Amino acid sequence: MEIEEIVIKPEVSEKNYWRDIWRYRELFYILSWRDIKVRYKQTVIGAAWSIIRPVLTTIIFTIIFNRIARLDNPGNAPYSLMVFVGMLPWQFFANSLSEASNSLVGNANLITKVYFPRIIIPASSVITSMVDFAISFLILIVMLVWYRYLPGYHVVFLPLFIIMAFVASFGIGLYLTAVNVKYRDFRYIIPFIVQFGLYITPVGFSSHVLPEKYRLLYSINPMVGVIDGFRWCLLNEELYIPGFILSLAITIILLYVGVAYFRRMEKGFADNI
Amino acid sequence: MKPVIEVKNIAKSFIITHEGKKENYKALRDVIAGGVKKMFSFSNSMRGRQTSEEFFALKNVSFEVEAGDRVGIVGRNGAGKSTLLKILSRITPPTAGEIAIRGRIASLLEVGTGFHPELTGRENIYLNGAILGMKRAEIKNKFDDIVSFAEVEKFLDTPVKRYSSGMYVRLAFAVAAHLDPEILIVDEVLAVGDAQFQKKCLGKMEDVSKNEGRTVLFVSHNMGIVKSLCNKGILLNQGEVEHSGNVQSILSAYSDQLVSDNSVVYKHIAGDQRVEIKKINIARRNELSVYDKISISINLAQTDNAWQLITKYHFFLLFHNMEGDVIWSVFQKDNENYFDRMPGNSVKVDLLNILLPGSYLISAGIFDHNDQFVDWVEYAETLEILSAFAGNKTFDNRYGKVTTKAEWYVD
Repeated sequence: MEIEEIVIKPEVSEKNYWRDIWRYRELFYILSWRDIKVRYKQTVIGAAWSIIRPVLTTIIFTIIFNRIARLDNPGNAPYSLMVFVGMLPWQFFANSLSEASNSLVGNANLITKVYFPRIIIPASSVITSMVDFAISFLILIVMLVWYRYLPGYHVVFLPLFIIMAFVASFGIGLYLTAVNVKYRDFRYIIPFIVQFGLYITPVGFSSHVLPEKYRLLYSINPMVGVIDGFRWCLLNEELYIPGFILSLAITIILLYVGVAYFRRMEKGFADNI
Repeated sequence: MKPVIEVKNIAKSFIITHEGKKENYKALRDVIAGGVKKMFSFSNSMRGRQTSEEFFALKNVSFEVEAGDRVGIVGRNGAGKSTLLKILSRITPPTAGEIAIRGRIASLLEVGTGFHPELTGRENIYLNGAILGMKRAEIKNKFDDIVSFAEVEKFLDTPVKRYSSGMYVRLAFAVAAHLDPEILIVDEVLAVGDAQFQKKCLGKMEDVSKNEGRTVLFVSHNMGIVKSLCNKGILLNQGEVEHSGNVQSILSAYSDQLVSDNSVVYKHIAGDQRVEIKKINIARRNELSVYDKISISINLAQTDNAWQLITKYHFFLLFHNMEGDVIWSVFQKDNENYFDRMPGNSVKVDLLNILLPGSYLISAGIFDHNDQFVDWVEYAETLEILSAFAGNKTFDNRYGKVTTKAEWYVD
């Protein structure tokens, strides 16, 4: 049998860092599986929760913005369908952020006792939110049938936008969870960020209602690109290309910054947690 | 063949800031509040107060471990043993230096690390196995063995939160026992919590190291266990390797270190020291065997002729194992001979040693006529009992903590 040699140094080389993640992929699967399993075992309503939440929020948005405030979708799709299509990626993003940011502190007993690439922990909590997303997506299909709304050929691009949502929430989640280890009261700020984000992200309205000159600036929010992309794929709404490119670029930068910050802080996790 | 572990000039330092706080993490509000304070205070006046200092938990640590070595790492609390193990098991990175490890490495951890109470026994076997570093296929292969070892067949699909504590420990241990790394790391401090589990862990270690020829690194305060399990040793002192070599020489260096520290100041834990115990001398301290005579003399100092005021004072001795449990106690009052006058500057006591081979700590004290403490020194001296009977007869590895002679006759 080949003997594996491990070299421990103050700085981990780039190659070894990524190779180690590959080596620990089984632990990653099993931790993700644990998180999913526990999530649906612990709550009484379990999976139903990931249906109830987006549906109720969509109903409330429709009543308040559409019926009372007379806000409508400038595109073809019904207002409530537009809201739900935006609500899906948003809720995935919001869940991922809150789950990921608490993930390291929540697994402190593992981190102080066993070695594994720490990035596995926030990654598996984003994966868990992905399962919620998948369940809510079934409701979307029901809604599309109900409204007899057939997505065009764009729908084949949907996986790309799902990946983009994943990357955006993973990048920010990495940053938040590392900050959370260092500043333990940071977690109180996260619900606020999520709440605030809901209003500055085009969930209850279409980004087409914005004045043309602000649209590019607005796309600095990566979720603008994701939600517009979802609506483009599923509801055949027009995609604002420059804005999408900016959102995509910001998403990639966020991932890069998140990983870099996480790696810098990672060495101190066992000592600081 | 290359050594399985090569440690070169490892150092680990922590930055300690003197803010009078002990938390590892900061609160954001403090940082913000501190920042605001700084803005409003006159430039440099605040900066001087917050001093920070680099503290070295380990420095210049170098050693090599050959395949099949069983290495005991000893040293006092704070010597850096646990930090060294944490670096070797990659939980925390070193600040400087380099380590090469050739072979699969695993640690025996606290009972059921990573067990999730909501998950079933079956699920937890896979989870815990993966956390300890086993591959899925490997766990699958050993699954039946693990289950029968733990004796939990009937409860495999029950969440472990409904397990009795005995079942829980058995399952946790069963998984750990089926690990087969080339290098095993055991921290006694981590393995405690359950005496039975600890015993099983030690049994497993012995099995792994002696019978299967694996490499073991073992951190312990229990010199008896180190001696019986290990063939090599490393003595750490304030973050540096003080000695390394065969286990016998390490242990005697360690006990010399303990005693030389102790002789400086005894720890007085009770009494007003009207009469103070200055020094406890044990004749042939490191040469005694089972059933040998122990001769102890206790040197005393008194304030203002205190003896005149005390009548019926009497002494006691306690023998502790290295974990601090009292194994044997000896009280002068049992003989009903008390001292009534100043006996000179020392008191002598002779007794027959009933302690089995191992390392012990000695405490001694004085009571006055009201059974109030006059003095009590804890862990004042160490005592090493050799693995032999008096008269250099070979020891028979008998069970127990103490052994006595008795009258035997046919009725």
